[in-house]
Amino acid sequence: MSPVPGVAEAGRRLRDGDTTAVRLLEGALERAGRYEAQIHAFLTIDREWALETAGRADADLADGIDRGPLHGIPIALKDNMCTRGIETTAASQILAGYRPPYDATVVARLGEGGAVVVGKTNLDEFAMGSSTENSAYGPTYNPWDTTRVAGGSSGGSAAAVAIGSAVAALGSDTGGSIRQPASLCGVVGMKPTYGTVSRYGLIAFASSLDQIGPLTRTVEDSALTLEAIWGHDPLDGTSFSGRYPDPKSGLNRGVAGLRVGVVKELAGDGYEPAVESAIGEMVSKLESAGVEIVEVSLPSFEIALSAYYLIAPAECSANLARFDGIRYGHRGQGATTEALMARSRAEGFGPEVTRRILLGTYALSAGYYDAFYGQAQRVRAAIQEDFARAYQQVDVLVSPTSPTVAFEAGARTADPLAMYLSDICTIPSNLAGHPAMSLPVGLDDQGLPVGFQVMAPPLGEEVMYQVAAEVERLAGFDLSPGLQEVAS
Amino acid sequence: MSWEPVIGIEAHVELLTDSKMFCGCAVGFGAEPNTDVCPTCLGLPGALPVPNKAAIESIMAIGLALNCEVSERSVFHRKNYFYADLPKNYQISQFDNPVCTGGYLDIEIEGVTHRVGIERAHMEEDTGKSTHVGAGGRIHAAESTLLDFNRSGVPLVEIVSRPEIRGAEESRAYAQELRSLIVELGVSDARLEEGSMRFDANVSIRHQGSSELGTKVEVKNMNSFRSLERAVEHEIARQIELADSGGTVVQETRHWDEEAGVTHSMRTKEGSSDYRYFVEPDLVPMVLDRQWVQRIREGLPELPAQRRERYRGDGLGEALAGVLTAVDPALRHVYEVAVAEGAEPKAAANWVTGEVIGWSRRHEVEPSELQLDGAALAELVGMVGEGKISSSAAKEVLDGVLSGEGSPARVAASRDLIQISDRASLGDLVAKVLESNPKAVEGYRGGDEKVVGFLVGQVMRATQGKADPRVVDELLREQLLA
Amino acid sequence: MPVEIDIAHVARLARLDLSEDELEGYKNQLGLILEHAARVQSLDAEPQVENAHPLGLFNIFRDDVVLPSLDRDEVMASAPETADGYFVVPPVMEGE
Repeated sequence: MSPVPGVAEAGRRLRDGDTTAVRLLEGALERAGRYEAQIHAFLTIDREWALETAGRADADLADGIDRGPLHGIPIALKDNMCTRGIETTAASQILAGYRPPYDATVVARLGEGGAVVVGKTNLDEFAMGSSTENSAYGPTYNPWDTTRVAGGSSGGSAAAVAIGSAVAALGSDTGGSIRQPASLCGVVGMKPTYGTVSRYGLIAFASSLDQIGPLTRTVEDSALTLEAIWGHDPLDGTSFSGRYPDPKSGLNRGVAGLRVGVVKELAGDGYEPAVESAIGEMVSKLESAGVEIVEVSLPSFEIALSAYYLIAPAECSANLARFDGIRYGHRGQGATTEALMARSRAEGFGPEVTRRILLGTYALSAGYYDAFYGQAQRVRAAIQEDFARAYQQVDVLVSPTSPTVAFEAGARTADPLAMYLSDICTIPSNLAGHPAMSLPVGLDDQGLPVGFQVMAPPLGEEVMYQVAAEVERLAGFDLSPGLQEVAS
Repeated sequence: MSWEPVIGIEAHVELLTDSKMFCGCAVGFGAEPNTDVCPTCLGLPGALPVPNKAAIESIMAIGLALNCEVSERSVFHRKNYFYADLPKNYQISQFDNPVCTGGYLDIEIEGVTHRVGIERAHMEEDTGKSTHVGAGGRIHAAESTLLDFNRSGVPLVEIVSRPEIRGAEESRAYAQELRSLIVELGVSDARLEEGSMRFDANVSIRHQGSSELGTKVEVKNMNSFRSLERAVEHEIARQIELADSGGTVVQETRHWDEEAGVTHSMRTKEGSSDYRYFVEPDLVPMVLDRQWVQRIREGLPELPAQRRERYRGDGLGEALAGVLTAVDPALRHVYEVAVAEGAEPKAAANWVTGEVIGWSRRHEVEPSELQLDGAALAELVGMVGEGKISSSAAKEVLDGVLSGEGSPARVAASRDLIQISDRASLGDLVAKVLESNPKAVEGYRGGDEKVVGFLVGQVMRATQGKADPRVVDELLREQLLA
Repeated sequence: MPVEIDIAHVARLARLDLSEDELEGYKNQLGLILEHAARVQSLDAEPQVENAHPLGLFNIFRDDVVLPSLDRDEVMASAPETADGYFVVPPVMEGE
């Protein structure tokens, strides 16, 4: 039995009177206090503000005001989401001390839903990375083995949920940044269909790829959290205003009769045997549960990583141009504005961010646009076509979330390309704008979690949750990392 | 070797929408610095743009008024460059898929129409404003630049002409005509002095008869029609002089210095601008379906070219129609009502564009405040036509009407300007004058035409100038021949 | 083959004031990454592709309605240097 309740469980206890929002928060804060020195999941915890919010949530419930499934629930937010008056850094020096004058839409919705924000979690700087080692404020370590990475870029959110210093968390996913850390930390992480969760107030990395999504302990929690944050937003010009799916509706339907595609390209060289066998086992279990398994080939996946490492940096090079030391953020010295901008940026950005800005600027520059950025967009279209073709044969696609389990801290920092390979399974869904989620299906022989990825067509969250719920049942993964108390 | 100038003009028009292009901040003028700002127009982390529908409808109207094609599908691009007044260090603009393409604007110079092609019109956002603060004589005070982002994000339409303007005068005419059209559409107040309409000129020269284009120089900082004309004239001369003396024109941007009357080269950065355009990922494409375009077309007001045609149809000549089209709407209204009340159009138009405007300027009264309505003008024109007052008397009557003395009839009566044209009484007077001037009568009968003028003068004197000279002339001749 | 890049030019375009050593380092790394990224050229596809929204959305607009602006004091509180409601920067060079 998990010591920390999930969203659904905590909600039941609250309404049954077995606990209070304040007590839930205190539990989360206590666990943060115990493990933060080892894990470093958080960048900011504003105790007073959190307690105030929790108190209000309790008062509301007492008055008969029930704001929904997240009412009184301690939630952690990745520190690239703007929280008014609360430091928001994107884990960068360039935003050290920055307090936004406005809330991100998801933050406002959480507030309207009575959620209690525990704190802001650590990430790779500007969400660029797969290990949270690119944070300007130090890495986040994996709760299952603190010599290893938590994954990235939403490493802090994933770790916080894994150890219970938050009941649920929000992360952002551009190339796998929710799913991959969820996989490495043994929690459920999901990226919604592009356009269903508002990006207003999310510090942009790659505008056409970024999506905010939930990290939770269970699939049901994931559905509840998603519903609390998604929906049309008039402040986001890419926001979907049609009919939204009902993810909860599929949770208990079972999978008999569904067709599940196993992606041929997401296997083989570079994939750890323990990962491949865990995935293979789950696929067999699904088959026994009545699913038709089909092997599908999506050839464009072979160059998806290449396309991503042109599109994402190109967009980020423009998105990060605003950090110039003029209106906010770190300002360096300069006799002219131009010099000041260049100094501020050189001093404020870390190496990975700098690398991607240079890469993106190059890919967009005169003479290179068509061969690189233009061509990458064509690959993107090809990926969407491959997905569309596959979904004529199957209802969902499955694969490992990551080719490996959590790697050792420092193992990939010397070679950017090696780090980029962590995202090979997750990137296609971002390029296509499709929903995808990761859930833990077991531990390898080192005791490290393996993540199973389910992908679905656009607005296909219902069938995705339907399959994920079954996978969750079949896996029976109800484990928590066994952390020691804080030594000196 | 003779040269011909080739000019293209880029106009930027700030739209008069209530809110900005991509956010809900107010579009205003003169507000306290940085008070009309929000995350979006300030370029704060996490902000997103959402386009203003009214702005899109305005640019569609502009395009239709310029006879452009409105694209069926149009997208925004990011134009990337770093500048202090550009908060995101990119501008949301349009690159190769603008809202409007391929139109024209007809301009008239001394009765000759010239058609200037319009290359495109596209939608973008304006930047903030920077003010340079000098050291001001204080030895240790540092120079700095002050930034105000109130203007950042205001909707901006860029209209690019084809290089089909052929000189300084035409440049001015084009700019004025374009401004008239913009004002007529009601999409901008287009005030050059306030910067809500701005012009840049691309000037080049080539050998007469050549079809190739020479190297173009961009000229900026012309804040009035006059300075536009002067700047273009100067730049043409500068290029010709350079070319004639064996030099080559360098492609660059030059800044017009109104006081010195010259253009200065702006410091060029090494390497020309690489804007790294790519489709704006924060915005979805615009589909401008044909029904929408038709609705906009139907909602267009009467445009200057159409109005000119209408006035020509009233019977006015080209030149007069042109002048009348351009006068203050209040005065045009007076003309239109007068004609509706039966006034002879040419006369009414001449009064309005001549004496009335002259009076309003001399007395510094706004056209809309003049005490002259269409009915009064019709009455005045009628009185002259019927000979009740002479044309010189009519100017006085007009003055009286405009001064609030009442209707033309009343003013004419009270100022004793009514002409005598009654044939009976004039006939008697003419007979008397002929009796008193037998030598003149003989002279006339002997073939001397000039005496008629003398005799008319005598009759006029006898009536203190109040006789209708035409009737007098008629009666004299009648009686002389008898 | 790693791609050859004029890294100094790119850094200037991106307004990053980097040292010679840093530039050299990035140049090498970028060369390797771009070599990998150049695999996109293996796809034989139509020349014109637009960056379309995954859900095919189009015509998302706002009505021309004024919404409240930010409180200037709150905005200025994050600014490195201000004066009388303006943001202050060193002299700006002409043009771009």
